[in-house]
Amino acid sequence: MSAGREILLRASGIEKRFGAVVAASGLDVGVAVGERVSLIGSNGAGKTTFVNMITGYLKPDAGSIVLGGRDITRLAPRAITRLGVARSFQIPQLFTGMSVLENMLVALACHGERLSFWRTARQADAVARADALLERFNLAEHRQRRVAELPGGVRKLLDIAMALTGEPRLLLLDEPTSGVSAEEKFPMMEIVMRALGQERMAVLFVEHDMDIVERYADRVIAFYAGRIIADAAPGVALAADDVRRYVTGTLRADAPLS
Amino acid sequence: MTTPSLRALRVAPSTPSEGATPEDRRSRILGVPGPSPRRGVVLGSGVLLIVVLLVAGAFMPKWLTFLLTMAASHGLVSLGIVLLMRGGVVSFGQGLVFAVGGYAAALAFNRLGFTDALGLALTGGVAATLVAAPFAPLLSRYRGIFFAMLTLAMSMVAYGVLVKTSALGGSDGFNMGRATLFGQALPDARSGYVLYGVTIVCAGVLALLARVYFDSTRGLVTQAVRENELRVEYLGGSVRQAMSLNFLLAAFAGGCGGALTVMSLGHIDPNFSYWTTSGEFVFVAILAGWQSVLAVFVASTLLEVVRSFSSLYFPNTWQLSLGIFLLLMIRFLPDGIGSLWVDRGRKGARR
Amino acid sequence: MATALTILIDGLSYASWLFIVALGLTLVFGVLKILNIAHGSFYALGAYAAASFVAWFASMKFAPEWSLVAMLFAAVAVAVLVAPLTERGLMRFFYGRDEVLLVLVTYALFLVLEDVTKLLWGANPYYVSEPYAMFGNVEIGDQVYVGYDFMLMGLAVAVGLAVWWGLNRTRQGKIVLAVIHSEEVAASMGVNVSRVYMLAFGVGVFLAALGGAFTAPLISVQPGVSVGVIIVSFAVVIIGGLGSIEGAAIGALIVGLARSFAVHVMPQAELFSIYIVMALVLMVRPEGLFQRIQARKI
Repeated sequence: MSAGREILLRASGIEKRFGAVVAASGLDVGVAVGERVSLIGSNGAGKTTFVNMITGYLKPDAGSIVLGGRDITRLAPRAITRLGVARSFQIPQLFTGMSVLENMLVALACHGERLSFWRTARQADAVARADALLERFNLAEHRQRRVAELPGGVRKLLDIAMALTGEPRLLLLDEPTSGVSAEEKFPMMEIVMRALGQERMAVLFVEHDMDIVERYADRVIAFYAGRIIADAAPGVALAADDVRRYVTGTLRADAPLS
Repeated sequence: MTTPSLRALRVAPSTPSEGATPEDRRSRILGVPGPSPRRGVVLGSGVLLIVVLLVAGAFMPKWLTFLLTMAASHGLVSLGIVLLMRGGVVSFGQGLVFAVGGYAAALAFNRLGFTDALGLALTGGVAATLVAAPFAPLLSRYRGIFFAMLTLAMSMVAYGVLVKTSALGGSDGFNMGRATLFGQALPDARSGYVLYGVTIVCAGVLALLARVYFDSTRGLVTQAVRENELRVEYLGGSVRQAMSLNFLLAAFAGGCGGALTVMSLGHIDPNFSYWTTSGEFVFVAILAGWQSVLAVFVASTLLEVVRSFSSLYFPNTWQLSLGIFLLLMIRFLPDGIGSLWVDRGRKGARR
Repeated sequence: MATALTILIDGLSYASWLFIVALGLTLVFGVLKILNIAHGSFYALGAYAAASFVAWFASMKFAPEWSLVAMLFAAVAVAVLVAPLTERGLMRFFYGRDEVLLVLVTYALFLVLEDVTKLLWGANPYYVSEPYAMFGNVEIGDQVYVGYDFMLMGLAVAVGLAVWWGLNRTRQGKIVLAVIHSEEVAASMGVNVSRVYMLAFGVGVFLAALGGAFTAPLISVQPGVSVGVIIVSFAVVIIGGLGSIEGAAIGALIVGLARSFAVHVMPQAELFSIYIVMALVLMVRPEGLFQRIQARKI
């Protein structure tokens, strides 16, 4: 799996129920520094719940989540962000009345050390950093446009770019290519992965498109009914019977879970 | 499975020299809107305006200087409301800080013998901030109707307490003598002008500081909170801190406004904290919109003008006119009169 | 003890008209999602209209009992004339916009109506004293209470039951409840939401005017009555929970009794006691005692 590389995130024994629904049961996941891991599974399988527990939006009923040696299980989302975790959203969460540049400046400000009463938000160095990131995501040409006027694919890229402003150690991408048309999916992921390329950043991305998964993931974790049913390299995981049965649908599902 | 070309994703021409959008072209011609030249111009013209008003005041009739004094001191309270509006909440209880500032200044004058006008203005601001401080963390968690109602309730509690506190004059309130400036007593003929000057300077300084704050990183984050609180938290920003801070700053401005009002009026009573007083401050803030600081004071002046002339000539219809005016504003100019001269941000430019 | 009974009766009497008014306010909020500052102005219109109608009936030599009918007529007249005009002519242009913005629209309406009542009735106070003595006095122990206050309590109960019955036992009422619960779902099931809005607003105005009409004998009807009424009504609906009928009742009782207690025992607290309770409820349980809507609290 991730032999030899330093473990960045370790989730152990995670349990989570919503009433009668088991969202997570006995989850044990380790993510190494710089690893690209794809989370797959049908809707309701528990992928998003898992992501929400890592970011602190939800708290597990049992188990622990440790980031770089620090227990983050009970911390608030803001605290977890400050420790180097960032996420993008399935439906882009942007500041729609503001320009692309301003969105980036807000992201930089929020991640920054000290907010200022005095220094203008458009300080040259902040603008330069924002522009550099926009450049990496091919968003430079949109910098003055209001988010409300942008098409879906561009918004998704901006959403991810904003998550990167804090130079996170762990980046969680929630369905980065959803809502993006078929011919745009790959170019978009190219841009994203290329922009991430240099970082020693671990990336977890929730994805439904198996082509994308095969191309960009070092490792695939498959969810079903709150459990992990596979955790291996894409070639191995996607060929597993259970994954074919319960996730990709290429095998009949009436045989019992092995 | 083929990998489609990257070009398919682009929305605009790929080569930079084709100049993408007209806005980009314009910004390239004018240069990137950098902080120094733009901000210098704004602050410089602000200072110039203050000086012009000070000089002009020497030649104005007394009723006009008084009107402008009231417009400026009341405008400070509305400025606080605009500050909060930029974060997405509307306070219906700024009468509280207005009253606290006023009572603090009046009491400092009467009981402590502290008479300096600038000092009293500061006293009002500090007192209001101290009173607001314990409530700021609590209020920072409320939005919408509930924020409005809680601030309203707090100001009405203050009203109720003030009316029943005979030591403070009860519902009649009490009078305050004439302030001094830098140790000098103010002669009858000039006192109106001097207080006008003090008020213009205080309001002007706070207005410029407000402008700087709006343009700062904290100001930008405040705007972001209004747009999408969730994302701000996920980016590591503290929404509650931003909102608390705005509440305290609004309190300081309101308290100063209260003190300055009392000094020129010579009298204070619990009505400073009544909900209809708060309502008028909100009216001005809505009229002004949340983009331009100057608009707040223009709107406040407008209200004072309408109020003065109406009570002289149309005592039974001035509220009617105000109401209709407000409705028209809300319907047709929802961003306030400030939006008339501030770019609505199609370039995503400054707000 | 005589004092405790006095406090109770005073409190209940105050709570009675307050309940009627607050009921209208909470109903309008529940259906239209508007917190109507002008609700107090409708109260004032009802009071002024009552003054006029009672005087008119008296001038036509009707028996004194007819003044009650006059007050009822006044409330109906206000509702019939003002509600459609306001709802169709003003409010509906702002539906769907921010809830605080709607409050500001109603604030503007309040300003307008303040002057409209002044233009129609002048600035001098009206006294509608005749009906007050109509129910004689009630002696309990060695204290004498005015019968009118008990009539108000009876009226409040009747109104409460009528509204409850109307909402829960009639078909139209259940449609209204559906809209309160979820307008979107109701609309998608074919409910004419516009008509429900008009109905709810009309009832709301009627209740405010009814409260005003029947309180007219207790106060001097003059410019500014709306100002005090609306703020107390706000306290009631916040305490009870926006959109809740039981909440309006309980809220009115709490406010009425708290005020009565303050007036008789701790006069210094008379004014702020109500708002302290309102503030405390907002701090501790912002949805009110009978939650209907979730407070937007982070």
